[in-house]
Amino acid sequence: MRHSIRIAVGPVQFRIGSDWAEPISALGRLYAGYPQDDALPAEATVRLFAARPWRRWLRPSVHIGGDFIVPDALPLPLSMGLLAAEMGMNLQVALGWRRHMLLHASAVAKDGRAVILSGESGSGKSTLAALLGEGDWRLMGDEFTLIDPEGGDAFAFPRAVSLKNEAIAEVAARVDPVRLGPLLAGTPKGDIRHLIPRPEAIAAMHEPARAALLLFPRFGGEVAIERMGEGEAFVRLTEASTNYVALGEAGFAALTRLVRETPAYGISYPDSATGIALVEQLWAERPR
Amino acid sequence: MTDRSYRAAPPGALRIELLGELTAIFDRRSMQTHLVVSPMPEILDAMGADQCDAATLASRLAATFDLDGETDAQPILVERLGELAAMGLVERA
Repeated sequence: MRHSIRIAVGPVQFRIGSDWAEPISALGRLYAGYPQDDALPAEATVRLFAARPWRRWLRPSVHIGGDFIVPDALPLPLSMGLLAAEMGMNLQVALGWRRHMLLHASAVAKDGRAVILSGESGSGKSTLAALLGEGDWRLMGDEFTLIDPEGGDAFAFPRAVSLKNEAIAEVAARVDPVRLGPLLAGTPKGDIRHLIPRPEAIAAMHEPARAALLLFPRFGGEVAIERMGEGEAFVRLTEASTNYVALGEAGFAALTRLVRETPAYGISYPDSATGIALVEQLWAERPR
Repeated sequence: MTDRSYRAAPPGALRIELLGELTAIFDRRSMQTHLVVSPMPEILDAMGADQCDAATLASRLAATFDLDGETDAQPILVERLGELAAMGLVERA
């Protein structure tokens, strides 16, 4: 690879290589505040490569590769190189990481305790975490939360937050523009703009937090809070984990402990302000 | 329906965790997780080490639970045992 960068996000050491300079310099800007240690072994490798050598110049398009390759990963135009890099980083972690149980969930922490928000794309989990992270919460991550199978603690994966569509304006109105990446308009996921987490969140990214609440947000509709049983939370989190099956009994043990120790709620909310108020309410009322 | 005999999984093969109304069972042999509801955990618990059929199970369960009638419970237990066998949690003796 002609261009490359090393980035540490939480416990994961990434090496990202590219045939082009643009995606790497864009990543360099977004991840300037993260540890970049060439001496440590890379645990996840992402390669952005030209489909054929001549395509690097002619109608450039980016293919995503790495330790694991999803055959139908679509080539993206070079203007989407940053998105391709992000997708590649997610893919390598989702498919390759074994040291923790990986939950497709956002998380925020306060006083050493974590609120984990698990939901499908569109549930608002990223937006809620990003907005809470601009208040008095530490953003642990907008996409993945890592659970230590041994001790049960949650670990952060605070990559640059991927803001989508309406969330872009909502967050942009509250943050210094230097913390925002370029607008990637009309991607397969809609408009995307990255938010650099606050420096405190990056500095604290190795600090574990015990889960205090498991929330399953649903954006849209009437306000509702519904207590969820351990069994349903277990089922939902097996679905939200990308490596539950691969971890075998360690994953089973970690997940049963998590749902037993942590009260779980489904929450519905019509707008972000209400969603945040619900999180704060459940946090204030949590059993201690 | 024929009342077949089944054998429980060998000791240590299953890790069974009660999660509220659901019971999660991890099968160490297949590495699969099964989620079941009552009466499956009770059936597994009552299987014992020897092979047993629905009639034997019905009388064992009647000793612990308030079954409406052992004979009524039998055809249900035949079905449940067949389902447990399909999941690999018990096997035909």
